[in-house]
Amino acid sequence: MFNAADMFKAFGKHRDKAIVIATGTSGRHWREASTDMKRDVALGGSMGQTTAACLGLALGLPNEKVCLFDSEGSLLMNLGILPTVSGKQPKNFYHFLMDNECYATTGGQPVANAQNLDWAGMAKSAGYAATYHFDNLEDFASNVGDIMKKAGPVFVSMKIVPEIENEPIGRRQRQPAGRSRGEMIRDLREIAGVKVS
Amino acid sequence: MVQQAALLSPERIVSEFQKNGVTHVITIPDSETNYLYELMKEQPWLDVISSCREGETMAIAMGLSIAGKTPVCLIQNTGMMESGDSIRGMALGSGLPLVMVVGYRGWTRHGITPDSAAVYTEPFLNAFGIHYYLVEHDADGDRISLAFQEAKATNKPVVVLIGDEYHGFNR
Ligand SMILES: Cc1ncc(C[n+]2csc(CCOP(=O)(O)OP(=O)(O)O)c2C)c(N)n1
Ligand SMILES: [Mg+2]
Repeated sequence: MFNAADMFKAFGKHRDKAIVIATGTSGRHWREASTDMKRDVALGGSMGQTTAACLGLALGLPNEKVCLFDSEGSLLMNLGILPTVSGKQPKNFYHFLMDNECYATTGGQPVANAQNLDWAGMAKSAGYAATYHFDNLEDFASNVGDIMKKAGPVFVSMKIVPEIENEPIGRRQRQPAGRSRGEMIRDLREIAGVKVS
Repeated sequence: MVQQAALLSPERIVSEFQKNGVTHVITIPDSETNYLYELMKEQPWLDVISSCREGETMAIAMGLSIAGKTPVCLIQNTGMMESGDSIRGMALGSGLPLVMVVGYRGWTRHGITPDSAAVYTEPFLNAFGIHYYLVEHDADGDRISLAFQEAKATNKPVVVLIGDEYHGFNR
């Protein structure tokens, strides 16, 4: 297992102009590593559906790389998205999975069959163009540059140290308010040259 | 011939999509929509995305809308009900226009239906505060355009219920 914060630092060196969507408890560390906030976008709203939203974005913006940092509990909720993705073969879609083997947000309960899931194997048999699995930072850091040059859809499974939340939700420290969804959409459309009539 | 005129033809639906600038249809079919599916696949201006679960369709649509495309979700009422949280978070929550075309399984003109899918369809939409138009045959086709106009004006999802008792969009 390795830390999300270190993983994002290593990824950040190879991000270039990619659009990044980071989810789950681990995803918050992307804020510290990102140097291009206007290309960061939050596509949450319904657990299990962010993957699908990123697929839509990748299909709609074929000239932009779309990098999703997904979480395993959410992906399990809608596993059918794997063939939905591979059925369209988006060359610009990079699907990273931060597998912490639990529902960290809700207290760290293990996901079903948590330690025995072969995520890269599932993505491969679903039809992703390239799949990887990493359980340590060194291997990830030395491969991520090449991975970002591959044609998608690419799947990268990573074993990430869980950061379990146990405070009742109302008592948790709130992240400082970022941009609203409307502002993010406006920024992203501006960058990608999207015109809406 | 009289019977024929009462039908809702797949051609009418596809032409409404074209008129309204639809770029993508994200769909899980219902059992009698195969001809519509084939017709959509033949259109060079239209990309058909096969989904595995209806809740995906609203999320994929959100991503496409952000990218400036005009997606439609084409699903059955059963799948719409299964998608409640995605409709909440990804369709209503996106603040973007979206037309969802929903096969009204179990719908009958006389109001009595043995199919609970039909019984809960309109109460479900009302619970979410989602406005809807009923389309039964070709003569109602204009309502599809009204749905697009309304979605755009309100930046909200709007539903077109396909209540075609005879032709089978509702099975
Ligand atoms: C449909 C739905 N079911 C349950 C929840 C409650 N819930 C919020 S976060 C979460 C766990 C998410 O786990 P994972 O995707 O692995 O991310 P992690 O918390 O581990 O970073 C759950 C179960 C929810 N928000 N929506
Ligand atoms: Mg998890």
